[in-house]
Amino acid sequence: MPDTDDILLSARGLTKTFGEFTAVDGIDFAVRRGECFGFLGPNGAGKSSTMRMVGCVSPVTGGELRLFGLDPATDGPAIRARLGNCPQRDTLDEELSVEENLWIYGRYFGLSRKEVKERAAELLDFAQLTERAKDKVEPLSGGMKRRLTIARSLINAPEILLLDEPTTGLDPQARHVLWDRLFRLKRSGVTLVLTTHYMDEAEQLCDRLVVMDHGRIVAEGSPRQLIDDYSTREVLELRFDAEDHGAYADKVAGIGERVEVLPDRLLLYADNGDEASAQVHARGVEPLSSLVRRSTLEDVFLHLTGRTLVD
Amino acid sequence: MTQATTHEPPPTGARAAHGIRQPMSALERVLAAFGYHLAVYRRTWRGSVVTRVLSPVLFLLSMGIGLGALVDDRAGGIDGVPYLHFVVPAIVVTQTLWVAWGESSYQVLGYIKWNMNYHAQLATPLGVRDVLAGHWLAVALHLVMSTTVFMAIAALFGGFDSWWAVLCLPIAVLTGLAFSTPLFAFTATQEGDNGFNIVYRWIITPLMLFSGTFFPIDQLPGWMQPVAWVTPLWHGVSAARAVSVGDVSWLPFVGHLLVLVGYAAGGAWLARRAFARRLLP
Repeated sequence: MPDTDDILLSARGLTKTFGEFTAVDGIDFAVRRGECFGFLGPNGAGKSSTMRMVGCVSPVTGGELRLFGLDPATDGPAIRARLGNCPQRDTLDEELSVEENLWIYGRYFGLSRKEVKERAAELLDFAQLTERAKDKVEPLSGGMKRRLTIARSLINAPEILLLDEPTTGLDPQARHVLWDRLFRLKRSGVTLVLTTHYMDEAEQLCDRLVVMDHGRIVAEGSPRQLIDDYSTREVLELRFDAEDHGAYADKVAGIGERVEVLPDRLLLYADNGDEASAQVHARGVEPLSSLVRRSTLEDVFLHLTGRTLVD
Repeated sequence: MTQATTHEPPPTGARAAHGIRQPMSALERVLAAFGYHLAVYRRTWRGSVVTRVLSPVLFLLSMGIGLGALVDDRAGGIDGVPYLHFVVPAIVVTQTLWVAWGESSYQVLGYIKWNMNYHAQLATPLGVRDVLAGHWLAVALHLVMSTTVFMAIAALFGGFDSWWAVLCLPIAVLTGLAFSTPLFAFTATQEGDNGFNIVYRWIITPLMLFSGTFFPIDQLPGWMQPVAWVTPLWHGVSAARAVSVGDVSWLPFVGHLLVLVGYAAGGAWLARRAFARRLLP
């Protein structure tokens, strides 16, 4: 068993500024060996800036960052040798073949030609791309390219795999295939650090996550714990035949713990959604539709920031 | 094992007992970066063959033989040297401008913005220095290839009269690099390709015309001559011409080479700063 208290990555007061703009505003976090740690937040929350600092491709403006106990400012190459980096945009050479992309990349880590070929064959199998090994990258689907990028980032057998928005832009089926691959990686002991603005992705993959907004961490915990702490067990969604759903907020006030107004619906937070629904009807309020569901990280985010994750 | 059907992940750092790898030497890192460009070159070199062969042929026919016959008839060559022998080493050096321009503009911007090869490389143990040196090795390879083809064809046309002319090859490559490295620095500051046309029109073309390639610069108005002295092309052309016609006076010759090295080194320094600013913000 790996030592679960083994901290591979830690940040204290980590800050990144671009001129006047503060992208990351003094955040603290720590990632243990073997866990999957997530940064959840909307676009512009500072997730990618954080990831780029962790990946040692962006200098730290302030605070302290350590990976494997090393400082990126002085030991960047040594740290990057032990990281896998899967950036938001695929950085593959689409004119070269699938396997050439892996071979060339492996050489950047000082692997011998023989090691690179063996490792590439294993990784293509893992990424379910063996049959496409000799093909050019360009015609592959978005999901395949993403899997190839992940395979490539594993060529050096990294201890930490960094994934910046791993499934953004993929269709639902491709996302599920990818999640399955990432889940297997985690089981095999790789530490995963990912950013996402999809709450379902965070729930599926992350053991622990931090919620980021405006460069700050606004909450931290396991997905379950965050939902328990910042939301109710259930949510009643009400849609009305109205331009402004805010007009109905008063009419249902007092039912459940609180009400959130979205442009197209009301969210009524209650531990028992059906009971809340009955109370709404008892007041003579007739929504077009009502739906009871479990609370998600989306609700946590809405509660913490007053905004939704995806626009 | 059921690896074939379950696609279990291959051993990773967390569970593989792979030995501690030695840190890579600078040479290993540069060669690894160069490996990428070599793979690209292996795929694309065929496309450039026709241009590489045709352009020297056209130049030699029009300038060397067409114009040359006129100059030799009317003026008895230039300082007693037949025009073909005067112009060929100069064109050999001048063509490196086009090659350097092509390899240091669109190509570099592409690796920054489109296929993001530099980003991929910098996510590994490679640093900006390694990435640049690896790419410049590739630029040097392009320069060697194009210059060799050019010189071989020129030799067939009788463009050289001494074996010393083979020294035009390193001089041409050095001249190409003296353009390439500052151009890398410029490209790293560009968002689109507009700047490249400006460089071509306002720097490369005037240089080609007024750096003593087709006529000696003492034919220029007096005020223009110092302009030629500060540009790298005049130094490359002068050095190549000196070895080619076998008339080397050592002090100016070494001076020419030092200017070229200075341009290449200064450009490399600027490029390194510009790349770090652009790629590692």
